[in-house]
Amino acid sequence: MSWVSSNQPRGLAQPLWGLTRRAAVRLAGRQSVLRQANWVLFGAVIALSLLGTLVIWSATRQVLGNAYLYKQLLNITIGVILMLVVSSLDTRHIKLYAPVLYAAACLGLLAVLSPLGTVVNGARSWISLGAGFQVEPSEFAKLGLILMSAMVLSEVAAGHRRPATKAIMVTLGLGAVPVLLVVAEPDLGVTMLLAVLMLGLIALSGVRLRWLFGMLAAAALGITAIINLHLLKAYQVSRLAAFINPSADPRGTGYSAAQAKIAIGSGGLHGVGLFHSQLIAGNYVPEQQTDFIFAVVGNELGFIGTMILIGLLAVMLFTALRIAARAEDQFGMLVASGIAIWFAVQSFINIGMTVGIMPVTGLPLPFVSYGGSALFADMIAIGLLQSIHRRRNVFAA
Amino acid sequence: MIPASRPRLIALYVAVFALLAGLALRIWDIQVKNAPVYRALASSERIREVVTPPTRGSIVDDLGAPIVTSTPALVISVSLPALWQQSDGGEAVLSRLATLLHIKQSVMRDDVRLCTVGVRPPCWAGSPYQPVPVAENVSATTALQVLENQRLYPGVTAAVQPVTHYQQPISTSLAQVLGYLQPITASELKAQGLPSTGYSGVDLVGQAGLELQYDSALRGVPGMQKLAVDAAGQVTGTISKVPPTAGDYLVTSINSAVQMDTERALAAAVGRSQLAGNPTKNGGAAVVMTTTGRVLAMASYPTYNPSIWNRGISQREFNRLFGTAYGEPVLNRATQGQYAPGSTWKITSVAAAVAAGYSLSGSYNCPATVTIGGHSYANDGNPNLGPMSLHEALVLSCDTVFYQLAYDIWQHDHPGANVVTSPKAPIQEMQKMELAWGFGHNTGVDLPAENPGSVPTREWLYYLWKANAHAGQNWCKNGRINGTYVQQIEYDDCRIGNVWTPGQAVIAAIGQGYVSVTPLQLARAYVALANGGTLYSPRIGEALISPTGKVVRRINPPVVGHLPVAKSTLAYIRNALAGVVTSGTAAGTFAGFPLNKVCVAAKTGTAQVAGLQATSVFASFAPCVHPKYVVVMMIPNSGYGSDVSGPAVRQIWDGIFGLEGHKAALPGGNLPTVLPHLNRAGQLVPPPGFGPPPVKPTKPAKPTRSPSPSASPTTSAPGGHG
Repeated sequence: MSWVSSNQPRGLAQPLWGLTRRAAVRLAGRQSVLRQANWVLFGAVIALSLLGTLVIWSATRQVLGNAYLYKQLLNITIGVILMLVVSSLDTRHIKLYAPVLYAAACLGLLAVLSPLGTVVNGARSWISLGAGFQVEPSEFAKLGLILMSAMVLSEVAAGHRRPATKAIMVTLGLGAVPVLLVVAEPDLGVTMLLAVLMLGLIALSGVRLRWLFGMLAAAALGITAIINLHLLKAYQVSRLAAFINPSADPRGTGYSAAQAKIAIGSGGLHGVGLFHSQLIAGNYVPEQQTDFIFAVVGNELGFIGTMILIGLLAVMLFTALRIAARAEDQFGMLVASGIAIWFAVQSFINIGMTVGIMPVTGLPLPFVSYGGSALFADMIAIGLLQSIHRRRNVFAA
Repeated sequence: MIPASRPRLIALYVAVFALLAGLALRIWDIQVKNAPVYRALASSERIREVVTPPTRGSIVDDLGAPIVTSTPALVISVSLPALWQQSDGGEAVLSRLATLLHIKQSVMRDDVRLCTVGVRPPCWAGSPYQPVPVAENVSATTALQVLENQRLYPGVTAAVQPVTHYQQPISTSLAQVLGYLQPITASELKAQGLPSTGYSGVDLVGQAGLELQYDSALRGVPGMQKLAVDAAGQVTGTISKVPPTAGDYLVTSINSAVQMDTERALAAAVGRSQLAGNPTKNGGAAVVMTTTGRVLAMASYPTYNPSIWNRGISQREFNRLFGTAYGEPVLNRATQGQYAPGSTWKITSVAAAVAAGYSLSGSYNCPATVTIGGHSYANDGNPNLGPMSLHEALVLSCDTVFYQLAYDIWQHDHPGANVVTSPKAPIQEMQKMELAWGFGHNTGVDLPAENPGSVPTREWLYYLWKANAHAGQNWCKNGRINGTYVQQIEYDDCRIGNVWTPGQAVIAAIGQGYVSVTPLQLARAYVALANGGTLYSPRIGEALISPTGKVVRRINPPVVGHLPVAKSTLAYIRNALAGVVTSGTAAGTFAGFPLNKVCVAAKTGTAQVAGLQATSVFASFAPCVHPKYVVVMMIPNSGYGSDVSGPAVRQIWDGIFGLEGHKAALPGGNLPTVLPHLNRAGQLVPPPGFGPPPVKPTKPAKPTRSPSPSASPTTSAPGGHG
């Protein structure tokens, strides 16, 4: 790379230049991040993000002009930079930082419940940073939980074939903290997702099957006992009912779901055309640029558009799973498959609610929905996948 | 990866694939399989259709003078959902509005309540989502007060809408013929198969009379504005806009002057009968052109002012209109009243007798009474007038002559079929003649809800008996051999109700018993007599003229039959009827009438009805030679034909020809032969030689004089647009 090695500036600029050069070498050098990157994964993620940006623009331009277009493009740019930075990290370092990230995420979730938190759409899930910036700690809690659980569960003592029972207990204990904090917000979607992630990672860690079935049975028993033995107080029951039953949502989520279904169904095979939907222009689907972005895709781009989106998701997910399968170590495998579970389950819940097969929750569609926090967390996850990909076991499957 | 993890990872592959495949299947189901369902849902979501009501076509008289007009006016409307959103349900708003509009609070409340089960008019029959009009023709100042103080009047709007205006006094005179308009109801929309978007709750549809008969032409085509709206109901743009097309003019053959005369004469006759102590409640009259079958005038007593249908009818008005206590003014007695024709019927009996072989030059005995089948049948007033011709029998209206003729015919007219056991029993000779004169079935006049009257054929008798012997009136159960008068009749009817007895035959021959006719039926039979045998289906509508002046449709009374009577026989009867006025039963009625100027021929009828006063019937035509018009009046429960209806009919003739101090409604007795046409100002002007119209148009800002006959454009041909 001739432009890297020639014409070095002198004086004060030299240290700065050195940093830049190191970064550039790291990105573009022979063993670099870019050379070693999984371009299929990168391409799928960028395609999803740009598709998302287009439909966000379409969904918002009637009211806000190009504001959301520029904001989301900026979010993508920041997200890609975050991804590149994370992908340049060594997985062994990441494993070391895992407890820190986990602790930070838990503190963030705790802060949300404090007066710092902001109530958006009935759930206390945002922290206002001032100047119009908000952050949603639960997005980072997903990352924190994956890394922390992977760290704990990847410790397999010498001579053992499986993680120790203690590791499972620790995972459950550590996982319970963010789950309970999210329940308190309350956020049904994130709770469901974190629980599935925790169980999924424990399952993947190689524990005995009886442990798995035991956990599932315990969960079922516990729920049954709570309901049948009236262990909850009346207000707790009503909280739970409101939490489980989406129609108890004060905004009337039944309406949103019905509108979304109409928008998607009326898109038909070819869709009504990007920027051409009066349904979208008329703002018929609430939250159409965030949680219900899939309705815009379905309405304007039709079955062809939705299948392209599902296809891109499939490419991303199976690439992540392939990275998991070829990961150098157990930690990498668990992190990569944890990320795959995250995106798969979150996409399913999000799309599922717009087509009427899942309850309405506040989970965004990864890479596609509008929003900074979610996209940053998603991109960081892709960065992790790239990092794991770089240290892959080339001889593995 | 530790070995234990491998199968779990494979399971994860499968799970992820299953999730994605599940989503894809579900999306296929929604977007491909059921797309039409969702597309339909979506289009109803985002488009709001705003109906612009068309201006309804006017109904005008034969000279183009308006009778019912629809004009755009400032209308104050109330949105019910907006009212319901108020904390007090809109009470305060309505109260303020009532004060502003000078309407009673209670009237206002009734106007805006919804017509649901148990709520009788006045109420709002339209959709609750359509604005309910509460005041029409308000001033621009009032409209502005409402529009600019939306805080005080939430949900109240002012907009230009068509308002129906009834020209007085002609529309009251013609109320039942005109019919009325009401907001279309959801069930009517469905029944008429109209698109629900085409007719909103503010659209008025004809519910009776000409308004119903010619509704589709009068209605016009509503304009439709398709607006794009967002989820909050805010209009974001106009998708399409189709302006409304005004309805056609309905030119009728009603001559306003004759109509007014006819209605007033009828009302006066009823009034005189009531003054004389008779319980007279109603009556009908019709004036029909002999040569064309067109209706010049049609009156029904009692009548009412159709303006009460505007802006919702009150409960009291509604009860009055439909209640029997007030004589059901909503009924058109000229086409719906079925009365015994009495001796006016004898023209058909003469024709039947001639058809049966009785000679016009023969001599017929007119005794005081005749005994037929063990019963004695008397001549009215019991005079024994001795032998006479059929001419005299008509002039003097001798009943016994017709009793004997009817009995003679009865004796050889399929006597074997007289115990009627089948609807296929042969029709009697006299009744066959009566049917041929247009009785017993609808005239087919261009008015809905007509009654057919009755001619007691054997078939008719069979169905009457079948319907009432053991069902309906249940004669066999209620009849008593020694009971009240009615019970005795029921007893007889049970036993021999299906038998064509000589008694029924003889009283049918003088237009009594089971015989009943409507005034219009009687009029068209006399039209056929007068014009030499052509039986018309009368028409009130003459033409439909588009708002641009084009004649869309000419309406001609169809010829539905020819009397099976020789021209000479008809001339014989006409000649006899001329004698009725000079030397017969109507001589007193027409005493002093200038018959030398206009010769009037007539037949009186006084039909005895059990338990009631006689039905006074008077049927006439003029001039005696080449008759132009027929005037018929029937007033039940009043008295002699020559006493009640007769003088009223004389008044109508006075009015038509301008006799005895009356102003001539039809100078020279002539009617225009061409249609009124639309001038450049968009007004209908009378045909050359007629007008100016007797009633001024509703609203011209400056009183424009219609051009003098000679100056009016000669291009009165249809198709010239104004």
